[in-house]
Amino acid sequence: MSILQVLDLGLAILVLAIAGWTIAARELFASVVGYVAYGLLLSIVWIRLHAPDVALTEAAIGSGVTGVLLVTTGARLRGAGGVETAAPPRLSQRLMAGALAVLVAAALAAVVLLLPEPAPTLAPEAREGLAATGLGNPVTAVLIAYRSFDTMLEKVVLVLAVVGVWSLAPDRCWAGAPAPLGRARPEGALLFLDQALVPLGILVGVHLFWVGADEPGGAFQAGAILAAMWMIVMISRLTEPPRVGARWLRLALIAGPAVFLATGLAGGGMAGGFFAYPAGFAKPIILFIEAFLVLSIAVTLPMLVAGPPRRSPQS
Amino acid sequence: MSLALDLFSLVAIGAGAFFFFAGTVGLLRFPDSLTRLHALTKADNLGLGLIVLGLLPRAGSLLDALRLIAIWVLVQLSGAATAQLIGRALSPRRAAE
Amino acid sequence: MSASTLAGLVGAALVGLGLYGFIVSPQPLRKILAFNLIGNGAFLVFGIVARKGAAAGFPFDPVPQAMVITGIVVAFAASALAAALILRLQEETGNVLLDSDAPAKPPGDEAGAS
Repeated sequence: MSILQVLDLGLAILVLAIAGWTIAARELFASVVGYVAYGLLLSIVWIRLHAPDVALTEAAIGSGVTGVLLVTTGARLRGAGGVETAAPPRLSQRLMAGALAVLVAAALAAVVLLLPEPAPTLAPEAREGLAATGLGNPVTAVLIAYRSFDTMLEKVVLVLAVVGVWSLAPDRCWAGAPAPLGRARPEGALLFLDQALVPLGILVGVHLFWVGADEPGGAFQAGAILAAMWMIVMISRLTEPPRVGARWLRLALIAGPAVFLATGLAGGGMAGGFFAYPAGFAKPIILFIEAFLVLSIAVTLPMLVAGPPRRSPQS
Repeated sequence: MSLALDLFSLVAIGAGAFFFFAGTVGLLRFPDSLTRLHALTKADNLGLGLIVLGLLPRAGSLLDALRLIAIWVLVQLSGAATAQLIGRALSPRRAAE
Repeated sequence: MSASTLAGLVGAALVGLGLYGFIVSPQPLRKILAFNLIGNGAFLVFGIVARKGAAAGFPFDPVPQAMVITGIVVAFAASALAAALILRLQEETGNVLLDSDAPAKPPGDEAGAS
């Protein structure tokens, strides 16, 4: 066994152990903290699978923003006295659930072990189009060019999720602002983070967007980092979540999918196919679309975390 | 020259790994949250700092070296602020409020 | 055993762990967490298809990777919607436990969302 294999095995055991801890931990908060640590370890697994783009997304969204969402929701539930310790289900139920889980896991493990070598792949087709787009990062090319329709629809799903969250507001609060994210009196350390980390973080986000064309990075990762910076500022109460009725907010939310769709339709007229980019201009057009996608993601993620409006628009 | 640089990397990364190890042992073995926090911040600051120092001669370009330093600075910033927040949440004065 | 096969087995085990937590835990927020574990496991299994499916000369297959990135973002959107539904459920009923033996409101409001 080489050193790398030993490290891989150790990483696998660590990931599974922490995942088990998030399921088994008695306290909700402990289990959420475990989940965040687990997400970061999982992104190392993705690095080992030669998937740095996925690793960045997992670390930023799967671990980071989801962690903020779970902590915020847990704190709000506790604030309303809603976190009771429930009796765990009966032993027979747990045994049956365990048996089912083992069966499903074993079936999946069999699929993994019995995968044909080499597995079916679309890599040659995706690489073929890479030169035409002028991009160096094949994952970005797949997202914005090769399977652009999927990515556009996924942006629409994000907007739909925001609409779904907002529609849970009581009638009198409609178009008002969501509840604030942090405590009433912010800590000094948080203000320090605002001053020191947030400007750097915004730079890192813009950098990730820009290099995403040729290197690991891209609209999702950049948007998630910018979203995190906005959330830090909101948690330290230097700014409050905006009114959901604000026009600028709604425009920013739909800017990404709208520009994406409009470009796709224009491609239908000018380049001879829905979502076709004219030859030679593919890269600037893709960067143009991505810029708006970054904006929409950076606005969508914090609004999903902030939750439905809780204050009437007048106040 | 390259042998000296390799040795330097080896020593620095080894020392960094030792600080991480010590910090993790402290995190697992120390009796209360404040002392655990103490162990953890040492691992973060010194351990990561030494590892970055050891990797610097191996960086391919000046830009890569700057990126390594940027990673260390960013971890310092967030680590210091988080440790401060946890410490404040633990302090008895805060709990009495 | 190669690194990708090992990661695939981790993915299979994660799906199992998540499924168990999803069924057993009465706390809906923990159900969201377990749901995310299932998702991560499925992504990993898909991810090793990306690794193994790479034809000679490519280190990875970008198509499944791009779909996993899309999936992570959509999973977050679903989690956020489910969290908002839980908070609303608590507001309406004063109780969020999805315990089948409890005489409270009928369960399943949250399960449908996630």
